[in-house]
Amino acid sequence: MISMPRIISPHHAQKIMNVVLWGVGFLAIVILIIIIGYILYNGLPQFSLEFIFGNPVGSGESGGIWPMIVSTFYVTFIALIVATPLGVLAAIWLAEYAGESNLVKAIRFAAETLASIPSIVFGLFGLTFFVVFLQMGFSVLSGGLTLALMAIPTILRTAEVSIEAVPQSYKEGSLALGASKWQTIYRVVIPAAIPGITTGIILGMARAIEETAAILYTVGAALAIPMSIWDPARPLPLHLYILATEGVSLPNAYGTAAVLVLIILIITISTNYLVEKYTKKMMGR
Amino acid sequence: MENIIIEVKELNTYFDESHILKDVYLDIPRNAVTSLIGPSGCGKSTFLRTLNRMNDVIPTFKKEGTTLLDGKEIYDHDVDVVDLRKRVGMVFQKPNPFPKSIFENVAYGLRVHGNNDKKDLERRVEASLKEAALWDEVKDKLDDSAMGLSGGQQQRLCIARTMAVEPEVILMDEPCSALDPISTTKIEDLIHKLKNEFTIIIVTHNMQQATRVSKYTAFFLHGEIVEKGLTDKIFIEPEDKRTEDYITGRFG
Ligand SMILES: Nc1ncnc2c1ncn2[C@@H]1O[C@H](COP(=O)(O)OP(=O)(O)OP(=O)(O)O)[C@@H](O)[C@H]1O
Ligand SMILES: [Mg+2]
Repeated sequence: MISMPRIISPHHAQKIMNVVLWGVGFLAIVILIIIIGYILYNGLPQFSLEFIFGNPVGSGESGGIWPMIVSTFYVTFIALIVATPLGVLAAIWLAEYAGESNLVKAIRFAAETLASIPSIVFGLFGLTFFVVFLQMGFSVLSGGLTLALMAIPTILRTAEVSIEAVPQSYKEGSLALGASKWQTIYRVVIPAAIPGITTGIILGMARAIEETAAILYTVGAALAIPMSIWDPARPLPLHLYILATEGVSLPNAYGTAAVLVLIILIITISTNYLVEKYTKKMMGR
Repeated sequence: MENIIIEVKELNTYFDESHILKDVYLDIPRNAVTSLIGPSGCGKSTFLRTLNRMNDVIPTFKKEGTTLLDGKEIYDHDVDVVDLRKRVGMVFQKPNPFPKSIFENVAYGLRVHGNNDKKDLERRVEASLKEAALWDEVKDKLDDSAMGLSGGQQQRLCIARTMAVEPEVILMDEPCSALDPISTTKIEDLIHKLKNEFTIIIVTHNMQQATRVSKYTAFFLHGEIVEKGLTDKIFIEPEDKRTEDYITGRFG
C-alpha cells in the first residue's frame, strides 16, 4: 500500500463529522421547536370551547372556526380516498409489472415533475378543469380532487420505493409455494411494504392538509359548514390566509394556525406510533 | 429398475447467450435423497430451479430438452406452474420466512391454495411443525413473528412451510450453509426422517453432508454431469479422475 500524506487522520475526521452531523440535526430540531412553540405561544391563548366549536362571526374577527375544521377534514378526506388507491396501484404496477420500457421512464419522470410543480399551478388547473370544465363549481369536491392530484406523486413515489425494497427472497419463497404473482404481491409484498406506503400516504396528506394555493381557486371561501361535496368550504389554511392578509384578526390567525399545527402533529405522531407497532409485530422485536 | 420420479434428458439451459447446463441426463429415484455436488458456478442451483420452474421469472432464461415428472413434461403448455410448485417444493439457501407470524408462515401455502378452514389449518400447521421438529420450540408463540426465530429455527420453519402443502419432491439449495453445526445436525436428522416419504434433492458443498444424508449423488462440473450414481460408490471408488479430485478437495 502507498500511504498518502494526510491532513487529518480518519479518526479525527470521524470525530469532526460526528460533531457536524449532530449539530445539523440538533439545529433542525431547534428550529422546528422554535416555530411550533412560537405559533402555539401566540395561538393557544385564543383557544376556548367557543373558538374551536363555534361559528365565525363576521368574516372571522370573532367567533369560532368549527366550519373550517370540518372543511379541512372533508377536503383532505376526499383527497386521500382518491389519491391513495391511484397512487398505490400505480406504484404496484410500476414496481412489479411495468419493467423498464421508455413509457415507464416517461411516467416516472412525469410523476417526479408533478411533485415539484408549484401548488398555485395545481390551483389554476383545478379552477379550469374541475370548477369550470367539469362544472363542479367552487366546492369541496373540486378542492379535494385538486389536492388529490398534488398528493398522488408523493404517495406513488414513496410507495414504489418501499415496494421495491421488499427482498426478492420473500417473493421467491411465496412463488415456490405455488402462489401466483398477484397472490405474492397482496399477501407478502404489500404487507411488508405497508410501513413505507403509510408514510407516503401521511406525507401526501400533510401536503394536502396544509395546502392553501391549490384550494384558493377551487373550494370557494364559504363560512358555513359544507353539507355535501358540492358545497363551497373554507379549510383552515385558507381561513388563516384570509385572516392574515386581509387584516381581519391577527390573534385569530394565530389561533387557527395553532389548531392546524396540532392536527398535523396528532396525525403524524399517532401514525408513527401505529406504524412502529405494526413493524414490531411483523419483524418480531 | 428403480422407481424414478423425475427424468431429465438432454437438458440444456441458457441465460441469454451463455450456455449453463449442457446435455444433462439425470434420473431422480422416488422417496430417496439425491445430492448434487460440484464447484461454485457449475449450475447446481440452475438445475434445481429448472425442476420447479423458478427460472421462469428470469426473462433471459431458455431451456431445451426433456424434464419429466411422473412421466409428464413439466414445461408443456398445459402444465399449471402453481400445481407444479405444489408438487415440487423448495427450501432456499438463506432462510426466508415471511414477515408474518409463525402460524401464518406455515399456513401460507394452504391459504394460497384456497384452504381457509381454521380448524383444518390449525391441524395441518401443527402436523407440519411437528414433522419439521420445531413444534416443541414454538408451540407457545405461534402468533409471534417468524423473524424473531434463530436462523436454524427459521430454516426448519421454511421446511415446515414447504411440507404443509404436501409436495412429492423437496428441492433444497444448500439449506445448511447459513447455519451453525447444531442447527445443521437438526436439519440433517430431519432429512433422514423425511427421506422415505418425500423425494429430496439437496445441493451441498459439504462432502460429509452428502455422504451422511444421501443415497444418490450427481457431480456437476461446468454445467455437465461428470459422474452420478450411488453415493457410497462415488465417494469410495469414483470412476472419473475429476470426481476424485473434487471430493478429496484437490480442486480449484
Ligand atoms: N439470473 C442469471 N442470469 C445470468 N446468469 C446467471 C443467472 N443465474 C445464474 N447465472 C450463471 O449461471 C451459472 C450457474 O449458476 P448457479 O447458480 O446454477 O451455480 P451453482 O452451481 O449453484 O453455484 P453455487 O455453488 O455458487 O451456488 C453461473 O455462471 C452464473 O453466473
Ligand atoms: Mg447455487
